[in-house]
Order: sequence, then C-alpha cells, then structure tokens
Amino acid sequence: MTVPQVGLFKGLALTLKTMLKPATTAQYPHVKPDLPPRTRGVIALMEENCTVCMLCSRECPDWCIYIDSHKEVVPPKDEGARARTRNVLDRFAIDFALCMYCGICIEVCPFDALFWSPEFEYATYNLLELTHEKERLRAWMETVPPPPPLESGAELPKEVSDGLAAARKAAEARAAAAAPAAKAAGAEPKAAAGAAAAKTGKKVEDDIHVEAQIDQEVFDQLIAEGKSERVARAKAKAAYVRKEKARIRAERETANT
Amino acid sequence: MESLFALDNLWLALLLKLALIVVFFLTAPLVVGYIEHKGLAHMQARLGPMEAAFHGIGQLPADGIKFIQKEDIIPENADKWVFSMAPGVALVPALVVLAVIPMGPGVFAEDLDVGIFFALAVSSVSVIGILMAAWSSANKYSLMGGIRAAAQLIAYELPLVLAAAAVVLQAGTLSLVGIVEAQNEFRLFGVIPAAYAIPQLVGLILFFVAALAELSRPPFDMPIADSEIIFGHMTEYTGLRYAFFMLAEYAGIVVLSALAAVLFLGGWYLWPGVPLPSFAVGPIPGDVVAALVGFGVMFAKIATLAFVMIWFRATFPRLREDQLQRISWLIFIPLAILNIVVTAIFKVVA
Repeated sequence: MTVPQVGLFKGLALTLKTMLKPATTAQYPHVKPDLPPRTRGVIALMEENCTVCMLCSRECPDWCIYIDSHKEVVPPKDEGARARTRNVLDRFAIDFALCMYCGICIEVCPFDALFWSPEFEYATYNLLELTHEKERLRAWMETVPPPPPLESGAELPKEVSDGLAAARKAAEARAAAAAPAAKAAGAEPKAAAGAAAAKTGKKVEDDIHVEAQIDQEVFDQLIAEGKSERVARAKAKAAYVRKEKARIRAERETANT
Repeated sequence: MESLFALDNLWLALLLKLALIVVFFLTAPLVVGYIEHKGLAHMQARLGPMEAAFHGIGQLPADGIKFIQKEDIIPENADKWVFSMAPGVALVPALVVLAVIPMGPGVFAEDLDVGIFFALAVSSVSVIGILMAAWSSANKYSLMGGIRAAAQLIAYELPLVLAAAAVVLQAGTLSLVGIVEAQNEFRLFGVIPAAYAIPQLVGLILFFVAALAELSRPPFDMPIADSEIIFGHMTEYTGLRYAFFMLAEYAGIVVLSALAAVLFLGGWYLWPGVPLPSFAVGPIPGDVVAALVGFGVMFAKIATLAFVMIWFRATFPRLREDQLQRISWLIFIPLAILNIVVTAIFKVVA
C-alpha cells in the first residue's frame, strides 16, 4: 500500500541525510587535489635519453614540439677506428598553448625520453611563457611519479629480468669461488681446477641442457589445485627441467668423485 | 502588557523603537540568508561560501557592498518614477509589520488590539510593489512575472488569513501578544499544556505553505521562475534596487516565520505553561532577563521555520502555474474554511 504524498517526506529525508553527510567539495587552492598517477598534467623531458630522432615532433598533431640539434664528431675509441657522429640536442620546447595533451609524443618516443607528470599549475598571464624550453621540461622530470606496479604474475620487464639474472650469476660465481677456497687446505689440483672454472664465471648448470617436457605428476597436482591449464603446463615444464638438471648434476658429481 | 521601551518621553521612546526595529530588520534577514547559503549548500553536498571571513559569514555583507557599487540601470522605456519606487514599496511593509510582532515579553514596539489583522493587511501591500516593478520595467518577462505574482499572492492570501482566523477564534483575541498569552494559558483537553500547533495542526500546515507561496519561495517560485521568465519582476533591476528586493524577500521570511511562531508555536515561551526565568542577574532586572531569554526562544523558533523553508527549497521542484492555482482554490481554501468551522464548534462546545 502506498501512502499518498509519501514521496514528499522521502525527498525531505534525502536532503536532510545529504546535509548531515560531509560535503564532497574539494577546496582546491587550499587543499591540493589527489590526482591519479597517470594524470595528464604536463609533459616532462628526460633530456639524457633523447637522441633527436624527431619522432615526437613529427607525430605531434598540433606541431607544438620544437627541436633543434647539430651533429658532433666523436673521436674514435680505438686507434685506427672510424670517427663516429652523434646528435646533440640544442633546443627542445613544447608549446603548451598549442598542446592538446593527446600524449602521442610520449607513446611514440622509442628512448623513454618523454613522460606524463600530474603537475598542472603552470598557467600564466603571458601566452609566450607557456612554451617550456628543455630546462623547464627537464625540471618537470622531478615530478614524474614512479611507474605503477606490475600486475601479479606478469612477466618482468626485460631490463629487470636481465639484471636479476646477471646479479644471480655473479653471486653464484662468488659462492663457487669461496667454496673451493675453503677446501684449498686439502689442496688437490682438482679443486684448483674447479676454482679456475668458477673464476671464468661459468656455472656448471649452464652446461646442462634439458629438453623441456611436462612433468605429469606436477601438472595433475596443479590442475587439481584449480590452476588454469596454461599456468599448470608452464609450471610443470619448469618443474621437470629443474628436476632433470638436479639429477644430471648429481650424476656428474658422483662421476667426478 | 506594556512594551519595555515605553519611556516617559514619547519622542525618545519612538526613536528607540524605530532604531531597534531597523537594526533587527537589517540583521535578521542576514542570519536567514546565511542559513540559506550554508543549509542549501550542504543539502546539495556542497560547502557553500567559505572564503569571506570564517566559513563565509562575511558573504552577505560583501554582497551588499558589491550591490552598492554596481551601476543603477533604468531601462530607457521604463516608467522611471514607478520603476525606482517599486523596491521601496515592496520593502517597507516587512519593516512596518515588525512593529507589531512581539519578539519577547515586552519586546515589541506596539501591542495593537488588531495586531494580526494589521500584520496580514500590511504585508499584502508588498504585492503592489511587485506589480509596480513588473509594469514599469517595460519588459514582457517582468510583466508575466508580475501577473503570476499577483494571481499567486491573491490566491494564497486567503488560506493564510483563514488559517490565522482560526487561531484568532481559538485565542479570542486579535492582539499578537494576546494570542501568545492565550496559548500560554491553553490546556489541551483541559489538562495538557500545548501550543496551538497541536489543536491547529491543519492551520499550521496551511499557514506555512501559504506563507511559502506568499514569499514566492520554492516550490512556489513561479513569479520569478528563472527557467521560464528569466527573473520575473526583478529582471530589469540591478544594484541597490535589486538588493532591496532580495532584502524584502528575506525580511518577508523573517516576518512570516515570526507570525507562524506567534500564532502556532507559542511565541516567546519555550513551552506553554512554563514561565520564563525572571530573577535578576546582578544589575540586570528580572523583566529584562525574561525579555532576553524570550527573545532568544523566539529567534530560535524563527530560525527553525526559516530552515524548514530552505529545506523545502532544496527538496521540492517548482510547481506548474495551473497546479499552484488548483492547490489553493480547490484544496487549501475549502480546508481552511472547514478548519474555521471545526474550531468554532469546539470553541462553543468546550
């Protein structure tokens, strides 16, 4: 049953409830806005990364990026080698009076020289001041937020995975060098040979090559755990390779002794 | 009851009363305006004015200064004398009505025997000011707004007066002070002390809604419906004259809220039958203490009613012109007459 005119009171209740809740007004000049990290505020230039390839300038729909450069001859590193030339950036300016914040320059830059920054308070009374020269664009780099964290389970960026692999290798080499040194009291040329092998930085494991196969046992277990088939297959392969490598290494060690 | 300001020197007393009325007339609408600024804003999940002084309390004085500085434009085809007189005609009635409204025990300029009659009669003069503004502006929107205002004010004057008449009937007096005292004596069923809001609940609702319409407050703001006729009779006004119209509107809110508080909410008494504290505090004599407390209670009631008006404004959309007339002539006026009849029957029987 509907009570006649009950809507009037519902409306009154709604406005009263809204009044008692805190207002949503952002007091902007007094309180800075909490902007998401990908906000398109201003474009920053990492000058050191720029190779003056001109891609940004050419892709810009507004033609608001101005680049001047000259070539410089770099003397050869080695005796008798050919001298190289390299581009030197003289001017890099973005006219933010023209820029429409499409971000194409940032997308297109192959050398990670351009970035979005969420800073937006650079309005001026003079139109000409909206053309930011490279010093100013470099200064905006200070305000570029770190990239957002990767999704869980994502493949690491190549730079990071390469760096990690190199670091692991170096650490293992050091460990390998230390272990024979401890044994060195018992001497034996074999240990010395082992140490020498370690010093060359070669890891024994790298010599072992295993054809990747699916470890059925691990695969079944992962499927039972509710993992997707793709993940289960990858993990099962990795498990198989690990197991095989361990087995071969153990065999070699017994053969050595 | 005698006014506190009835001094031996007649002229001095007159001057004192006038000064106090003008001060109240210029400050109370500012308080209502501030409640409106902030209340309306928060009902819309905003903060409202925040920059002018602490939480924007200086906003309305600042607006006033702005209005004074603005150019005073009179349209070329306007009827210049009538055009410039109109804001005054709209403003003065609110000022005059304040003379008879009791704001506390003894806090009134004059206790007329025909107080409520005087108040309602004078306040209906403001429609002439609106019509003058509408006609003299030489603007079709102004004229339409003025015609709407005239039709609306006539339609809602009746329920307003009839609702007040029922109270007068119950109190047995036309004097506003007398009505407050009668409410103080009133006992529901002969035992429960209650303000007239309870026996006259229908009257209170009729009076309040009719007051909203009289003031052209939303949801009855057809005379100045901005999406239809720009700003009605105020379309051509600028600067100080426009400020006078706005002041008249807010002073009208104060006056009609005060009348509703006197007629239905027990006036300056916190609760009927509960006397105000009247002991002397230090050098302040007892009747002055009672007057100050009574003034505070009365002002709180006015502010509450003004808040409800603002609450309605934030909640309800504007009615259509024909709906407005229909509500008044087909619902409110018959209901008000019925209310009088029922009140009369109870008055005779009891």
